[in-house]
Order: sequence, then structure tokens, then C-alpha cells
Amino acid sequence: MYRVVKIEEIIDEAKDIKTFKFRDSSSPLPGQFYMVWLPGIDEFPMSISHIGVMKGFTVKKIGAGTSAMHALNPGDKLWIRGPYGRGFEIVDGTALVVGGGSGMATLAPLIESLPEPDVIIAARTADELLFTNRFKNANVHLATDDGSAGFKGFATQLAAKMLDEKKYEMIYTCGPEPMLLGMVELARRYDVKIQASLERLMKCGIGICDSCSINGYRVCVDGPVFSEELFSMDELGRVRRGPSGKKM
Amino acid sequence: MLSVSVNGIQFRNPLILASGILDESGATMLRIARAGAGGIVTKSVGAKERAGYGNPVVYELPHERGIINAIGLANPGIDAYGEELRIALQGGVPIIGSVFGSTAEEFAALAKKMEEYGVHAVELNLSCPHASGYGMEVGVDKKLVREIVSAVKSEVQVPVWAKLTPNTHDLRGIAAAAEDADAFVLINTVRGMAIDINARRPVLSNAYGGLSGPCIKPVGVRAVYEIAREFDTPIIGVGGITTGEDAIEYMMAGASAVQIGTAILYRGINAFREIAGEIESWLIENGIEKVSELVGMAQVR
Ligand SMILES: Cc1cc2nc3c(=O)[nH]c(=O)nc-3n(C[C@H](O)[C@H](O)[C@H](O)COP(=O)(O)OP(=O)(O)OC[C@H]3O[C@@H](n4cnc5c(N)ncnc54)[C@H](O)[C@@H]3O)c2cc1C
Ligand SMILES: Cc1cc2nc3c(=O)[nH]c(=O)nc-3n(C[C@H](O)[C@H](O)[C@H](O)COP(=O)(O)O)c2cc1C
Ligand code: FES
Repeated sequence: MYRVVKIEEIIDEAKDIKTFKFRDSSSPLPGQFYMVWLPGIDEFPMSISHIGVMKGFTVKKIGAGTSAMHALNPGDKLWIRGPYGRGFEIVDGTALVVGGGSGMATLAPLIESLPEPDVIIAARTADELLFTNRFKNANVHLATDDGSAGFKGFATQLAAKMLDEKKYEMIYTCGPEPMLLGMVELARRYDVKIQASLERLMKCGIGICDSCSINGYRVCVDGPVFSEELFSMDELGRVRRGPSGKKM
Repeated sequence: MLSVSVNGIQFRNPLILASGILDESGATMLRIARAGAGGIVTKSVGAKERAGYGNPVVYELPHERGIINAIGLANPGIDAYGEELRIALQGGVPIIGSVFGSTAEEFAALAKKMEEYGVHAVELNLSCPHASGYGMEVGVDKKLVREIVSAVKSEVQVPVWAKLTPNTHDLRGIAAAAEDADAFVLINTVRGMAIDINARRPVLSNAYGGLSGPCIKPVGVRAVYEIAREFDTPIIGVGGITTGEDAIEYMMAGASAVQIGTAILYRGINAFREIAGEIESWLIENGIEKVSELVGMAQVR
């Protein structure tokens, strides 16, 4: 069963990234996601980027489905089901949050739920940085691969510097998989606990089709946020499955 | 107490994972084996890689009545599937390799491959209700069913299970055409669809899909009961089994073992262990020593 929600506002956030605001009565936790159906076009998973009465999806234009979503206007409708999956578990203590690209969409409501986290917002270049002015409660650090804003280099390089200087209780991360793999390595090296939100191709979204599995874990139900499991996932950053289930 | 034997294959309990649910990757099948399943049927695998239909591929009915799916026989192709089976076989429970094709030769070649990969039996998908040229479209053609079953039987040594469709007025005729099979698997999903009235169009990208879950249990129980009266071939019951009582009902109708699919949506991967526990408690309460004593118990002659 889908719920139909009306888009009330569309915000241009960064290059190819828009936020779609809508009202919905569900109560998602940071890190949970919805399946968004555009009838006649496609259905795909989207993390919740704004929780509360006025909710939001923050969507990067990737292919046919997300491009069609970018072409919508306020007043248009979305068909949604969810919230699904296991979100972030908020633990006490110092937190380092590392978001790459559109991964910041998933992390944003988490950051707003943490007392005073250190946050790295990373992207390839300055105009792809997301939510640089959103957080009043966080110490925000920027990183770009080309140095066009903030630290010049990968998010993981900046994270390593910060881990050298301060003891963190928990790392929370979401973003491109090479970055996630790098963060898992850092968590191991610095002996810090980690939670990472993963992405895989999703068909059912409800744990029965196996299309989203990584090392036997279903990203849609057992995740998308994983913690200790990350250390034993040898498919992370290495193996993806296509729509047929074949490894790529 | 819970162990059963079908075609000489020992299952530690009668609860087998149904084809197409959580059986695309070897690691997931291994996890299901470790979570207490008595056996595992693989996803239906064909000769070539197939992406399946675009999303939406699943529609969930309200109030846990069931789901409609049109995954569209997505599979990596038989050549890539050996690697998944190698991992799944480490689970130590019998693995049944499900295959689909459109001709007898295709089925026979796929079954042979599955046997080489080490499966304990093969299951012929003669019943998927939403893929053109396969499944049910093949499985209601009695002449073709006869050819397929006999071609596969002469190609492999392992037992051959024929999974039949409930979408017919002539289940008995189809079972008769498949009489060379070592077991019948009853039932695959019931052909159905859902329309979203706000979108004013079918939900599934393929429009038509297969209905599974609690709402089809009476159809499955009827099919098992009906076929058990006429044939001595062992039957595997499937369709809507969500609790120990559901499994017992199927076995009393005549099933030697059962398969579980959609229940995982409602009860999680622990469904196998929990349902096994429910069967065991019922047997103890009712003074029955072995679950196999239930088979056909409710048949009124
Ligand atoms: C749990 C979860 C939460 C998500 N949350 C968000 C979010 O908040 N914001 C957001 O912008 N996106 C998010 N995504 C990713 C989003 O679902 C995909 O970008 C979307 O499905 C692409 O659909 P499409 O039809 O536009 O592109 P498609 O036509 O499906 O794909 C276009 C190209 O992109 C590739 N691709 C598709 N999906 C991914 C992916 N997940 N990772 C890498 N490459 C991919 C395809 O292989 C293809 O080459 C999330 C994904 C998951 C699994
Ligand atoms: C998502 C999904 C995919 C399925 N794929 C297959 C398949 O590939 N081959 C097959 O023989 N049956 C397939 N089935 C049918 C199931 O094996 C089973 O016969 C049916 O779902 C009824 O059992 P249940 O109510 O316990 O799910 C599929 C069912 C579902 C829900
Ligand atoms: S998307 Fe189907 S199991 Fe996760």
C-alpha cells in the first residue's frame, strides 16, 4: 500500500541535488528510508533527510528515476511506502560524522539529533557540498578532492587527522563505498566503534527478494545502517550485484 | 521428532525455504540454513542472465494478508550460479536447485548443471504466473509437461520435483502429465494484480503478478488434499504457511514437507526456528511422536 504525499516545496541544495518537502504522518528514525514510486516511471529507495512533521527527501540526479523526480514541481505527488530498515543507533559520547556527496542526506537528521558532533562534509568539488549551513549544533569541517573548499583531499584523510587529535566514541558515516571502506579501516586502526549506512540495488525493500544483500545481510531490513558486521563484510567496496543478481 | 524424509533425502525439519525468497546469493542461503531451515530451494535459474522486471516488483497487501510479486525470474544465469551454490552447500542442509526453461532440452540441461553443482534434488518451475514463455505458460501444456519431466528424469540421478500451478481448472490432469516426477510441489503463486486508485494504474510494472502469503493458504491446502487423494507421489505443500498450525494443516492434507516464503516478511529469518518450535509443541500436546505421522491424517476417504 502506498501513501500519496504532496510536494510542498522544492529546494536547490547543490549541483544536481534537490530537496523535496512533504507532510506525512509516519515517524522515521534517522537513517531509515522509504520506497518512492513515480507511477509509470520507477520506484527507488530514498533516505529521509528531514524528520518531523514536514519531511524531506534530498535527491541526487543519477538516472531515469531521479531525473524524473527532479522534473517535478510543488503540488505534484509522490507515492511512498516505509519507513523501512534499521536506522542509526544514537550512543552517548563524542561523535565523528563523515558524509560524502549525497550521503549527507542520510546523515542530516542524525546530526541534528546528536548533541555536539564533529562533522566532515565532503564532495569532489565545492558546488557538490551538501548542507554546509544547515547545522547549528555541529562543528562542521569541509573537504573537497580538488581543494575548492575546506580541506584539500579525501574525507578519510581529514578524518584520520581528526582521529589523531581526539578520542571519539562513535563514527557515523554514509557516502561512496570506497570512502566507507576507508572509514571502516580507520575505525579498526583507531579502535573506534562505527555505524555506516550502505546502499545496494533494491527491488522489494522489505527483505524477501535478496537483491540488496551484502555478505548475506539484507541492506533493506538488516540495514541500511550496519555496525560490527562491517568489519567482516568482504564485499564492501568490492562486490555489487546487478538486477539479475550477478556479481559485478 | 521433526525430521522427515522425502525421496530418501533427510530433512532435520519439514520447513524448506521456498524458491525465489532470499535465495539469490549463496551467503543469504547459508544464513537461512543456519537460522534453522530444514532445506533450501534456490531461486529459479535459467540458461541466461535475466534482469527481471523494473520496479515496482512487489505490492504488499494491507493487514498482513500477503503480497503480489512480479520479480520476473531475475537470475544470474546457470553458469554464474555455481559459485552461489558452493557457498549455500556449506550450510549442511539439503539444497534443491530450481530451474526454469521453455523446452524439455533446456530444462534437462539446466537440471544436469544443478546436479553437477551438487544439489540434492531439482525442482522444475512449471508454474511462475508472470513470465511470458516460461513457468505457468509451460506448466499448463500437458504434453510439454510430460516431455519436460521425462527429459529431466533421464538426464539426472537426483530426485526431480515438479512445482505446479494452481492457476488451472485441471490440476489433476497436469499432475498426471508430471507423474514421472519424484515429488509434486504445490502451489506456486496465484495470478493476480493490484491497481493504485490514486495513480489510476496497475502497481506492478508488469501489471500481473503472483499472489502469495496467508490469503492463498486455502488454495494450497485444497490443491495438496486433492492431489494426495489420487497420487502416491510425495507432495511438498507451499502457500501461505506462517505458523506451526499452518504447516500442520498442510501435512494433514497430505504434504510430506512444506516450503515457506512470504512468512519471512512477517516473522523474519527466525520464522523457521519459531515455526519448528510451534509444531513441536503441538505434537507434544497432542501426544504425537513424529511429525511424519501427520501426513494425510485429515484425508476423509
Ligand atoms: C537505502 C538507500 C537510501 C538512499 N538514499 C538516497 C538519498 O537520500 N538521496 C539520493 O540521492 N540517493 C539515495 N539513494 C540512491 C538512490 O536510490 C539511487 O540514486 C536511485 O535509485 C537511482 O535511480 P535512477 O532511476 O535515477 O537511476 P538508475 O537508472 O537506476 O541508475 C543510473 C546509474 O546509477 C547507478 N546507480 C543506481 N543506484 C546506485 C547507487 N545506489 N549507488 C551507486 N550507483 C547507483 C546505476 O548502476 C546506473 O549506472 C539511496 C539508496 C539506498 C539503497
Ligand atoms: C518474491 C517472490 C519470488 C518468487 N520466485 C519464485 C521463483 O523464482 N520460482 C518459483 O518456483 N517460485 C517462486 N515464488 C513462489 C514461491 O516459491 C511460493 O510458491 C509462493 O510464494 C507461495 O508460498 P508463500 O505463501 O509461503 O510465499 C516466488 C514468490 C515470491 C513471493
Ligand atoms: S530489496 Fe529485496 S531483500 Fe532487500
